[in-house]
Amino acid sequence: MSEKERLQVIRLAHGAGGILQEELIRYITQNISQKNVNQGIGVDELDDGATIPIDNHDKELIITSDGHTISPIIFPGGDLGKLSICGTVNDILMMGGTPLALTSCYIIEEGLDIKKLDQIVSSFNKTASQANIAIIAGDTKVMPRGTLNEIIITTTGIGIRDKSIKLQDNNIQIGDKIILTGSIGDHGTSLIASREGFNISTDLKSDVSFLIEVINSIKQEIQKNYIHAMKDPTRGGIAGALNDWAKKNNISIIVDEEKIPIKKEVKAICDMLGLDPFNIANEGKALLAVDSIHAEKILEKLKQTKLGKDAQIIGIVRDTNPKMVLLNTIVGGTRFLDMPLGEPIPRIC
Amino acid sequence: MEIPGIEILRNKKFTEKLISAIKDLIDDIDKPIKLMHVCGTHEHTISKYGLRSLLPKKIEIISGPGCPVCVCPAADIDKVIELGKKDNTIITTFGDMIRVPATNISLADLKAKGSDIRIVYGPNDAVKIAEENPNKEIIFLAIGFETTAPLIGYEIQSNPPDNFSVLCAHKLIPAALELLLSQSQIKVDGFISPGHVSAIIGLKPFEIYSQGYHIPNVITGFEPNDVLLSILMLLSQIKDKKYEILNEYSRVVKPEGNRLAQKIISEIFQIKSSPWRGIGRILDGGLAIKEKYQEYDAEKKFEIQIDTSQDIPPGCSCHLVMVGKLYPYECKLFREKCTPINPIGPCMVSMEGTCSIYYKYYKK
Repeated sequence: MSEKERLQVIRLAHGAGGILQEELIRYITQNISQKNVNQGIGVDELDDGATIPIDNHDKELIITSDGHTISPIIFPGGDLGKLSICGTVNDILMMGGTPLALTSCYIIEEGLDIKKLDQIVSSFNKTASQANIAIIAGDTKVMPRGTLNEIIITTTGIGIRDKSIKLQDNNIQIGDKIILTGSIGDHGTSLIASREGFNISTDLKSDVSFLIEVINSIKQEIQKNYIHAMKDPTRGGIAGALNDWAKKNNISIIVDEEKIPIKKEVKAICDMLGLDPFNIANEGKALLAVDSIHAEKILEKLKQTKLGKDAQIIGIVRDTNPKMVLLNTIVGGTRFLDMPLGEPIPRIC
Repeated sequence: MEIPGIEILRNKKFTEKLISAIKDLIDDIDKPIKLMHVCGTHEHTISKYGLRSLLPKKIEIISGPGCPVCVCPAADIDKVIELGKKDNTIITTFGDMIRVPATNISLADLKAKGSDIRIVYGPNDAVKIAEENPNKEIIFLAIGFETTAPLIGYEIQSNPPDNFSVLCAHKLIPAALELLLSQSQIKVDGFISPGHVSAIIGLKPFEIYSQGYHIPNVITGFEPNDVLLSILMLLSQIKDKKYEILNEYSRVVKPEGNRLAQKIISEIFQIKSSPWRGIGRILDGGLAIKEKYQEYDAEKKFEIQIDTSQDIPPGCSCHLVMVGKLYPYECKLFREKCTPINPIGPCMVSMEGTCSIYYKYYKK
C-alpha cells in the first residue's frame, strides 16, 4: 500500500511516535511555504522546537509547541496539568535553552467534573511556578460532549539561548557517547498498569517531571558545545528517539542493553504483557549525545542531581551501518533495535 | 512475570560459559546442525536476545509451526466475521487475532465498519461480557495450542450464560510435527520443544520424535540461557548418537504434565482432524467441543455459511516460513509489501509470528 493510500484514514498509531507518525508529519508539513525565520531551526528539522535568531543580538528565541492528551487525565505520579508544563519546559531545555514563558489553551469537553478541572489547573499553575516559567497568555474552548476525551491542553513554550550554541538533533558526531539520565519505561508502563482491565497492583509511578536541575548541572558544557544533541524520549521511547538521531545524522548508534536502567516493576510488567520498554514513553528523562572526551565528566555532573542520579553512558555513535541502531543484548548477543511502528499493544497469549 | 532466581537465566557470564561449551561440542560434530523450535515465544527469545549472533555458524535454528495466531485457518476467521456482521453479536478473541487477514478482510476491518469486536485477555473476560449483555450473543474465537485449551474448557465446564459460545479453533502440536516428519517435510537434527505446551501435556507425546524418528528433543524454557542450555543438551545427544527426550524446563514441566488441565481438556473436547493454515488438514491436529457441550459450540448453535476461503494470498510465503523451509526475508513480499502495519500473510501479524519477529529484530 502506498503512503498516500495509507493516509486515507488516520489511525491511532499515527500519533504514537513511530514510522506512521513520521509519515503523518511529513504529510502535514510538506506544503508549508515559509519554514524558518532568519535561518534558524525550523519545521524541516523536526526538532523539539524552533529557534528565531534575533538580528544584531547574541541570543535567539526558542519556540516549542505541544498538544497534551492523556488517559486517564489523573494518573499515578501526576496529571494532565503537570504533564503539560513538564513537557513544555523539557522541550525548551532539550534545545539548550532557558525556559521563559508559555501560553496555554484549554480545550474542555462539556460535562467535565469541576473537581477534575480544579486539580489539573492547580497542578498546571503549581508546576509552572516550581519551574519558574511564566504563563503569559492563553485561550479556552468548550466542545460538545463526545467530541474529545475530557480535556486537552496545548502549549507554546518560549525560551532563550545563546546563538553560539550549536546543539540540535542533526549535530551528532561520530564517536559521541550517548548518555541516558535515568530509568526507562516508568511513565508508559505505570499508565498501562493503571488502566482499566489490567488490575495490576503496583507502586510504579509516572516519571513526569521537568529536568531543569539536571540540565542546569551541565550548563557550562552546553555553552561550550560539548553536548551535541539532547532529546526527551517521550512517545516512541528511547528506540524512537535513537532511531530518529541515527536517521537524521546518517550514523549508527550502538547501545549496551545492560547499561540501560530499567526498574524491576517495569521489566516485570513489560515481560508479562509482551511490551518492549525501549518503545515505551518517558516523561522525565533525557538522552544526550556528547563529545566522547567530556562524556565521563558530564556523566558525573548529571549523577549529582536528584533526577540524574541513575544516569549512564549507554552507547556510542559509529559510522558503520548508517541509519541503524544496534543493541548489544544483556546476554552479549547483537540485534537491531527498530523504530517502533505504532502504539505498543499488550500481547495476549 | 519475573520469577525470583531467574537472574541466572539472563546472566551474561553463564551465557558465555554455555556458548563456549556449545563451541567445543560442535567442533566434535562433523556436519552443520539444523535445530527447529515450534513455539513463537522461543523465536522471540532467540531474536530479542540476539542469540543467533552468538552461536557458531554451523548451527542453524529454524522456526516450525509454533504460532497459534498464524495457523488458525482463514475459514474459522471468516465464520466469526459472518457472525460479527449480525446486529446482536459481540465477537471476542485474543488481541493479535483481530488483525489477521482472513479471506477478504480481518476482524479489525469489520470492527472499523462498526461491528462489536472486543479484545479480551482471557475467556473469563468474554464470559463476563456475556453476563453484562444478556440480550446479545457473545462468541469467543478460541485459538491456541494445548496451553490455552484448558482455560476455555474451564469456562465451558463452569456453566457460562446461554448467550456465550465458542468457535473452537484449537490445534494440537504433536500431531502437526509428526505429519511433517512422516512426509519428510522437515529435516532437522533436533527439536527445541515448547515448554508451555509440555507443562500441560507432559513429555510423553513428544517421545515419538526421539523413538520413531531418531531426533533428539529437549523441552525448553523461555529465558535466553534456557534456550542455549537446550541447544547444548541437543548437541550432546547428536554427538553421542542418542535420541532421547530431555527436560531442560524442569522448574515448570513435570514429566506427567498438568493432570488437572488434561482432565479439563478431555472432559470438554475431543481430538479431531483439523485444518492448519498453510499446512492443510492434519489427522488429530485439533480439538472440537464434545456433543455434550454443544450448546456452547458456536458452529452448532448458529448456521454459518461462508464462501470458499483462502489461507495463503498470492505471493505470500507464510506456508513455507511456517515449516522452516524459507526465512522471512526470502519472501518477495517481506518488508516491501508485507509489514506489521499492513500484513498480507498471517505470520506478519502476531509478535509470535516469524515474519513479524524478523521484521522487528533483523535488518536483512
